[in-house]
This record gives sequence, structure tokens and C-alpha cells, in this order.
Amino acid sequence: MAIGLGHYLTVGAILFTLGIFGIFLNRKNVIIILMSIELILLAVNINLVAFSSFLHDLVGQVFALLVLTVAAAETAIGLAILAVFFRNRGSIAVEDINLMKG
Amino acid sequence: MYQAIVFLPLLGCLIAGLISLVGARARFPGADPAAGAENSTHDLGPHTGGGAPSPHGAHAAIAHPTSEPTAHDDHAAHEPAAMGSLPAEVVTTTFLFIAMVLAWIAFVRVGFFHEDARIPLLPFIFAGDLKVDWALRVDTLTAVMLVVVTTVSALVHLYSIGYMAEDPYRPRFFSYLSLFTFAMLMLVTADNLVQLFFGWEGVGLASYLLIGFWYHKPEANAAAIKAFVVNRIGDFGFALGIFAVFWATGAIDLDTIFAQAPALAGKTIHYLGHDLDTLTVICVLLFMGAMGKSAQFLLHTWLPDAMEGPTPVSALIHAATMVTAGVFMVARLSPLFELAPHAQALVTGVGAMTAFFAATVGLVQNDIKRIVAYSTCSQLGYMFVAMGVGAYSVGMFHLFTHAFFKALLFLGSGSVITAMHHEQDIRKMGGLKDRIPFTHAMMFIGTLALTGFPLTAGAFSKDAIIKAAFVSQNPVAPFAFAATVIAAALTAFYSWRLIFKTFWGAPNDREHYQAAHESPKVMLIPLAVLAVGSILAGYVFNDLFTGHGVEEFFGASLKFAPGNHVLERLETVGWQIELLPVVMMLLGLGVAYLFYRRRPDLPVALARWNPALYRFLLNKWYFDELYDAIFVRPTIWLGRLLWRGGDGWLIDGFGPDGVSARVLDVTRNVIRMQTGYLYHYAFAMLIGAAFFITLFTWWGH
Amino acid sequence: MILPAALLPAVFFWIFAVICVASAVMVITARNPVHSVLFLILAFVNASGLFMLLGAEFLAMILIVVYVGAVAVLFLFVVMMLDVDFTELRQGFLNYLPIGIPIGIIFAVELVLVVFAWAFAPDASSAVAAPPPPDMTNTEALGRLLYTRYVYFFEAAGVVLLIAMIGAIVLTLRHKVNVRRQNVRAQVARTPATAIEIRQVRPGQGI
Repeated sequence: MAIGLGHYLTVGAILFTLGIFGIFLNRKNVIIILMSIELILLAVNINLVAFSSFLHDLVGQVFALLVLTVAAAETAIGLAILAVFFRNRGSIAVEDINLMKG
Repeated sequence: MYQAIVFLPLLGCLIAGLISLVGARARFPGADPAAGAENSTHDLGPHTGGGAPSPHGAHAAIAHPTSEPTAHDDHAAHEPAAMGSLPAEVVTTTFLFIAMVLAWIAFVRVGFFHEDARIPLLPFIFAGDLKVDWALRVDTLTAVMLVVVTTVSALVHLYSIGYMAEDPYRPRFFSYLSLFTFAMLMLVTADNLVQLFFGWEGVGLASYLLIGFWYHKPEANAAAIKAFVVNRIGDFGFALGIFAVFWATGAIDLDTIFAQAPALAGKTIHYLGHDLDTLTVICVLLFMGAMGKSAQFLLHTWLPDAMEGPTPVSALIHAATMVTAGVFMVARLSPLFELAPHAQALVTGVGAMTAFFAATVGLVQNDIKRIVAYSTCSQLGYMFVAMGVGAYSVGMFHLFTHAFFKALLFLGSGSVITAMHHEQDIRKMGGLKDRIPFTHAMMFIGTLALTGFPLTAGAFSKDAIIKAAFVSQNPVAPFAFAATVIAAALTAFYSWRLIFKTFWGAPNDREHYQAAHESPKVMLIPLAVLAVGSILAGYVFNDLFTGHGVEEFFGASLKFAPGNHVLERLETVGWQIELLPVVMMLLGLGVAYLFYRRRPDLPVALARWNPALYRFLLNKWYFDELYDAIFVRPTIWLGRLLWRGGDGWLIDGFGPDGVSARVLDVTRNVIRMQTGYLYHYAFAMLIGAAFFITLFTWWGH
Repeated sequence: MILPAALLPAVFFWIFAVICVASAVMVITARNPVHSVLFLILAFVNASGLFMLLGAEFLAMILIVVYVGAVAVLFLFVVMMLDVDFTELRQGFLNYLPIGIPIGIIFAVELVLVVFAWAFAPDASSAVAAPPPPDMTNTEALGRLLYTRYVYFFEAAGVVLLIAMIGAIVLTLRHKVNVRRQNVRAQVARTPATAIEIRQVRPGQGI
């Protein structure tokens, strides 16, 4: 059966949903949150590349490349923050990160 | 020249004011005046004498000093004199004397050479059709008042140099005195009603400032506020009167009003379902202002309390000038009053009642200044009686002569008070004629004039009023006649009582008696000048004010209606009426002599025989208590209700405080949503995103 | 068995897609964080395969190099460094399921609905911004496009990476107290006045 645009987009959608779930369903540690964000970004990339391929438009791939770059940068910073947070607080259990409690 | 007369005092006021401000800054650089420097136990001047232990009406909450004043012997100033005191005194007094000389010149020019003038100064009101200027209106009536005001003011300035010599705040005092003089001069030279009201308010302000001059004394503050508030009530009526005039005539300058007045006769104002005669309404409202300012019956309560101020203030303001502003105003508006007979009846009635009432209260007072104050109140009643019956010039005559002898009596009292080291209770005095003979002589002359001893100034004017009341056809005139005649006897009684108890007999307080000394010359010269005036002013000016010279002298400044023949009929009274005032005066003199020289036990017995009456008179017919119960307490109650209930509970509760409290409640609940857990927030975002997606999917734009 | 050539793309698509989704599920449900990272790597690799199928071979390789080779490894490092005790963390997972599942289902269903209910506009092809030139590898085409028309974005991406690098260093830098370091500025700014002291010494005396 021909694999159409819709299939790729569906895969992207499912990955996106899973990423969202990962953000609030986990109680373990903050790294899971960061990894879920990566999943979301991956889903977006799949989306972009799929469209680029089926529309024969290279812009999608360029955009995906840039998204990739930014994702990498953001991951680096996120992990640096995490490391410092762990250094200061000694725990990365999600339940303990409630300093913003108002 | 007229500008000079009016504005020299203002210049003096500003200079003295500047001196006092600079001095205050030098004394307290950048800090509040030390609160502890003055407290109410320090005696900065004559404190309230024993007198009637009257609660201060509206201010009963304030602690009243003991009714037995203690003698203070030290004259040492509690504070160093303000810097620049001497220049302030000299400058203001000099300016006033220049103004006085100019005023007498003006009097001659206007009165005898009929050089009336109208001098525009500055534009004032440009509103639609109303175009009014600041302008000086100078006619005979004005000239008379100019002379009175500047003369008495200049003499009071001179006197104050001596009287206030130990006061540390002299520049401020002289500044206020000159301010008052300026305001009074603006009042008498006003060409339009609003300018007159400006002067009116200005003298009220100056009166407040001067009564409360020793503002560290709570009684002085209370008295000042009382004066201002009671005046305000009258001023309210006055303002309504001005509005009514404007509404009826469309103008506020006097020339236009007078021209239109005859056309208003008979017109009515429709108000609350009644048709009221326009002119009567106007005149009654304007007279309300006069009642307040001139301390007539019902709005008189402030005048005795105003004696808290320094004695020169009492002499200037509460004897000669401010309280006569009401009289002047009625005379100035004679064209209106002549067309409103009902209003005239009211004026006469109120004046007569005042004359009688004040005289009865003055009978039993023990504070020397209060006796003179009630005497003033009574004499003002006389003036209004004259105004009411249409004898405007006679009223002005009494104003003129009264200024002299009442100022003399006040300044003389001040001299006595200084001699007695700030003792004001006449029960503590006695035998002073040997220690302060000059003052005694001056007070004697003043009393002669006041009681109407033949050939003194007071006799001419007062007798003229009694005669005018007799001949008038005003419906209230008989009552006025009776009241003024009886008051004449009472006046004689209390005036001579004062003299006998103060100067004659044995001294009641040996210490004070020994320490009494004559006042410095700078205080005695004004007394002498005023004494001369008290004696001569009557005889010299009688014809001009009451006799045939009236028309020529006053000209157009006073209006006499065609049916007003009071002045002509003054001479037709029989010899019985001519002699009646003299008889009354002798009666009073005789009784006073009996009571206080021959049989001192009689007044005591009399008081014991009818203690209720004695207390009734002593407590000023209980007016202060009456007003306190009727007006003050309900007002305070209402104010408290509106403050706590209205402002506090209602407005604040539903307004700012209520809103802020509700906001706090809401936020307290909203805060529970901020858990601090990121995944809660992400979850919330997710729910929101899901919601929006659903929205757009099913109801896409 | 030998599959028809035309079916190969579909087969590979299904393999890659299923494993990708499955490993994504394992990422978020694995108990051991290291396992989570490894499953993430697996997900990336399969996504890369999907990219290959779409003809974006450059991007696929980049995914492997950057994402797997750098980012995922970084994750691994941090997970191992943080030394988290994972045994006590497991409760509360089910608290959100009752509301989470419906929302997730709503999301997924809607996304899929959108995908299959919409179609391209007829003139979409004419609105293409950058059609790939023929007779060129994907890499070369991308290169031509990136360095000419989108060079600013490229530069900006470079700056973002620079900032990230600096930021990461700034955040985590710790000056250990007992480590000696040279302060070159102080060295260069030293003047003879503070560094040298000249003494007159008598011969034979010593300092």
C-alpha cells in the first residue's frame, strides 16, 4: 500500500502526544522531561521533512536543520541547568522542584 | 491718593509679613517650632479673666482654665523677640499714619467739596454679559468710614507698639493688623458687591488670625474658630443675597443695582410655592450677613469669646471697624433697604433686641473686656435700630462716635490690664485711680461718652437714635424705642459699675495694687487722641449727620425714600423725649453709685434674692448652651455618623478597602493553583491546547 | 521470502515507525533512566531511517551525528553523573492517568483527523519556495540553498550554538578554591615599584 503523507504525519502526531505525556506523567526525574521535549522536537522534524518531501520543497528540510540546531543548544543549556540544580539541591525528583510555589 | 489710602496698609502687611517669615526661618531653620517652647501654661498675655465661668459654647471639650486667674508677676519674655520687630512696627505704623492723614484730607475733599470719585483699578470679572472691575468708589459714606478705619487703626498700631512690647511675635501681629486694615478699606471702597464680599471675607480672616494670635492657647484657637464659623453663617446669607441681587438685576456693581432697584419694587420671587417680594428677600439675606459680622442677636455668640485676642485687636476689630462693617453695608445699600419696609422692620427689631439683650448680660460680667464687648454689641444694636427706621446718617453718626469712645474704652482697659499685670477680673481691682490717674481720666471720659453724658459725642448720636426710634412709623419702632431707652439706663449702670469697681474704692488685691504702674507714653497718646475725639466729634459733626447738613454732606451716598421724613421729624420731639436719655443715664449712674460706692451689700443681696436671673444673665441667656445642644451636638453626631458609617463602612468598605479585601480573597484561592510543579503547569497548558484544538476543529473560523 | 520491490518502502516504513513509537513509549515508561536514554537513541535512529525513506539523506545522517552522537550521549553522561536513586520513585504515576488518557486520546485523534480530512490545495505546488534542482544530491541541493538564500538563518543558528556553549560553561563553572590559576592581567600590570626593591649592599655584608 502506498505510504502517503498522512502516514508520516500520523507517526509524528503519535510521537508528539507521547512527548506531551512524558512531561507530566513522569514522577521520576527531570531528565525524563527533557527527553520528552526531544521527542516532541523529533516529531516536529518528521512533520517538516514529510511535507518537504511530498511538496518537493527544500525549505522544510532547511527548517528542520535549524530546529535540530536549536534543539541541541537547548538541550545543552537544559542539562547544564539541571546539573547546577542538582549540585545545589541534591535531588532531581520532580516532586521536590516546587520553588515556584505561590 | 485713594489708592494710597487703600494699599499702603497692604504694603505694610506684606513687609511685616516678610519680616516675620524671615525671622521665623532664622529662628527655626528647617525644623518645626519646638513644641515644648510654648505650652498652654505659659502666659503670653492676658489670659481669660475670671468672668463668667461659661463653657465655650461649641468647644466645651477643651479644658477651661481655672475660673480664679492667678496673678503673673514676671514680665520677662519667655522667648526672645522676633528679629525685625522694630522695623515691622515702625513701617506699618508709619504707613497707617500716612493713610490716616490722607483719609482726613479725603474726608474734607469729598464731604465738603463733593469731589466724589470712582477709580477703576483692575479688570475683575468678564463672564458673558457681566463685566466688572476692581474699583474704588469714594463718596461721603466711604470717606466717613475711611476716616474711622484709618484713624482707629493708626492709633491701635501705635498703641500696640507699647502693649505688645514683650511679645516675641510682633512682626506677625503688625502684619495681621495691617492686613485687616487693608481688607476693611477694600470693603468700604468697594464699587461692587463681590469686591465688598472680598473685603468682608478678608476682615473675617484677619479677625480669625488675630483672635487666635496666641495660638498656643487652646481657648484662643477655639474662640477664633467660633468667630469664623458664626461669621460664616452670616456670610452664607450674604452670599445668597448677592446671588439674589444678580439674579434679579443681572449685575453686581452698585451703580447698576441702585439704578435698577426702583424697577424691582413689587416684583416677586416664586420659591417653594410662595411668592416672596424680591427686594425684601434680598435685603433680609444681606442683613443676615450683617447680623453675623456685627454680632447681632442670634449670631452674637462669637463676640465675647473674641476677647481672647490681644486688647488692641479687640479695640480695632471688635469695637470700631469689623463689627461696623454690617452697619456700613446696610447704609451703603440704603437704596435697596428703602424699598423693602419689611426688611427694615426686621433690621430694627433685631437691632433693638440686641441692644437690650447685650445690655442685660453686660450688667453682671466680671471680666473687664467682656463688659466692654457686650457694650459694643449693644451699641451696634443701636446703630441697626437707626438704620432700620431709615435714619441712615444717624446710624453712621453713632458708628463714627462709637468708634472713638469704644476704642478708647478698650485701649484704656488694655492699659489697666497691663498695669494690673494681666489681671482682667474687676473684682480683683479697685482704687486704681491713684495709681494710674491718666488712664482713669481717659476711661472716665470714654464712659461719659458711652453713657451719653450731655455734650459728649455719644450723647449726640445716641440721643438722635432714640429720637429717631420715637418718631419713626416703622411697625417695630415702639419696641425699638422702649428697648433703646431701657438699654440706655442699663448701659449707664454697667459702664459706671466698671469704673467704680476698677478705679474707685479700696483695692481688692493689695499686691497688684502696689505693683500697678502707668503705661508707657506710646500707649497713652492714642488714648488722649481718642478722648479728644470722644468729646468733640459729637458737637462738631452733629449737624452734618443728623441736622440740616445731611443732604449736602452725604449727597447721593445715602438714599432716603420720598416717604422717609425721620430726619426732619427728629427736631419735632418734645422736651420730654429730649431729656429722657439723660434721665435714663442719670438713673443708671445713680444706681451704680449706690450699689458700688455706698451700699456694696445691695448687689450681693440682689443676686442672692434671685439667683436664677443672675445666673441667666451671667451665662449670656444660656445661648452658648442652647446652640451647643441644637447645632453643635447634632452636627458632631451627624459628622461622626457620616465619617464612621458613610465614609468608613460604606465608601471604604465597598470601595477601596472592600475591593482590596475581595482581591485578597480571590487571590488566596487562585494561589492554590500555583503549586510550583512544572508538570502541573504543563498539564494545564495541555488541557488548554486540547480545548483550543477541539474548538477550532469543530467551530473552525 | 522475497518481497516485491515496490513493497519495500512500505515494509521499511512500518518497521521504522513501529519501533520508533514503541521506543518512545519506553522512553517515558522505563524505570531506569539509563534505559530511557537508550530507548531515546533507538527512537532517533529509527526516525533517521524514516528520513532516509523520505529522501532527506543529509538530514538523516545529521540526525545520527548530532542527536544521537552528541545530544543523546550528553543525556547519558548527565544521567550517569547525577547518580539518582531510582528505586523510590514510582508512586503517583497513575494519579494523572484518568484525565491524561482521555486528553491524550483527544489529541491523537484530532491530529489524525486533521491529517486525513485535509488535502493539498490545487495550486500548492506553485507556491513552493525552494524546489530542489534536478541532478543533484540532497546534500548538494541543501548546501546550495542554505548558503545562499538562507545564509542569515545559518549564521543565526551558529550564534545560538555559541550562546548555548557560553551559557553552559557559565552555568556550571566552579572555581575550586585550592586550584591555582594565573591571572595574566595582574602579571602584565605589575610595575617595578611593587615588584622590586633595590637595596644598597656593602661589599661583604649581605642583605
